[in-house]
Amino acid sequence: MNQLWTILAKDLRIEWRTKTRIFGLACYAATLLLLFAFAVGPDRRMLEAHASAYVWMSVVSVSTLLLAQSFHQEIESDALEGMLLIPVKPWAIFYGKALANTLWMLILAIFTLPIAVVLFELNPGGSPLGFSAVLVLGCAGMAAPGSLYSGLTARLASQQLMLPVLLFPLVVPTVLASVKATNLLCNGDPMGQATAWLGVLVALNLLYWSLCGFLFAKVVDE
Amino acid sequence: MATPTLDEINHRVRILEFWNSWSWSFVKTGGILILFSHLWALNAPLAEASMGETGRILYVHVPTAWIAMVIYVWAFWCACAVLWTGKRSWDHTQEGCLEVGVVLNIMLLFQGSIWAKPTWGTYWTWDPRLTSSAVMAISFAGILVLRRMMHNPEKRIRASAVATIIAFMNVPIVYFCVNLLPSIHQMQSSPQTVDTAMHWPLRGAAFGFLFLGIGLVGMRARSAARRMESEDERPDFPPIPETLNLEEQ
Repeated sequence: MNQLWTILAKDLRIEWRTKTRIFGLACYAATLLLLFAFAVGPDRRMLEAHASAYVWMSVVSVSTLLLAQSFHQEIESDALEGMLLIPVKPWAIFYGKALANTLWMLILAIFTLPIAVVLFELNPGGSPLGFSAVLVLGCAGMAAPGSLYSGLTARLASQQLMLPVLLFPLVVPTVLASVKATNLLCNGDPMGQATAWLGVLVALNLLYWSLCGFLFAKVVDE
Repeated sequence: MATPTLDEINHRVRILEFWNSWSWSFVKTGGILILFSHLWALNAPLAEASMGETGRILYVHVPTAWIAMVIYVWAFWCACAVLWTGKRSWDHTQEGCLEVGVVLNIMLLFQGSIWAKPTWGTYWTWDPRLTSSAVMAISFAGILVLRRMMHNPEKRIRASAVATIIAFMNVPIVYFCVNLLPSIHQMQSSPQTVDTAMHWPLRGAAFGFLFLGIGLVGMRARSAARRMESEDERPDFPPIPETLNLEEQ
């Protein structure tokens, strides 16, 4: 368990020391939100109705750049091999990195919220607890498979292409459940469906975090 | 590159011998079965009450769906075998399964669209079954792209096995989504859901697609095994770097 926390602290520290990258990603997420608004046009009702989709699409798009970097830094100078030789347990590497990625994705998602509130009149204040749960579960549901695929494609010159090609189809259920739950929590939930979508997110997270953690050992076990 | 063990070479030889002898027979049997069952289905008195002539697409669409699923299950099995037995030779069959599975999956989407236009009035609708089938095709096609991008056989085999296991999660979603989610797509077809007059043409077509699928998987597995053989025989030159290091250049 100590190894997991060390990896998590290391990844957070590296990102914190080079704040430029995370700031760049936040700017990219903001630009995407603006682009969605330009693409749809000034129809305020339409923008408001689809606000949750724009927020999650910008998080998904930005996450590939974040995740791609996650293992790239370990491949340089063979740091991953070094960690395995110490020996750090593969599951500690995976869960440490996946947790760090979840945290950074969460920060990026939180950063996009005020922009979405201003541009699309997103209303996350209705159910702050439920909304926070959707944010955490949505980001975690993408970070776990994303970290696994980042490890798989880390040595590829075409990683920036392969990561979204593999990851996006896999996270379709997570994105769908996150968008639906966010939409219901922000625009009213007369039928009480948000809880069901939260349940879907919990189930997907359980599946991804267990299966990906288990398979990661097979990816690095060489 | 790791040198293949004797056990692994024997396994590969057995695969090559088996598919050399049997793949064409499977393809020919499958082709004949499909031909006869479809002739039978096209000439049989129409048993589909509500859809009319359009309903005859059932004889090609349903077997395509069944066999695509079966082949994905086979790919999943091979992926598990690669990871847990460590035998790279399972990868040849897995590659064949992925290729044939994706082709059948794309055929399935096209057939469904052709059927949907006269029945639902549109080629495409965002129904859970249709959407999840499209996502499944893209997931497995992505693995084929990944395989082409990775030049190191060890890493390629391991990565595609892991990706196949993850992508396989789509298969139960596609199969059960019509039961679990509101959908305009029919429930899973089986001999119990169709008229008795349709049983034998449907069974014939299903076995035809099954044999054709097995034969095509065999052919692709054979070529994958030969490619791996040539990769193993290649002199041990320094590996081509898969990560571009622009600073060194």
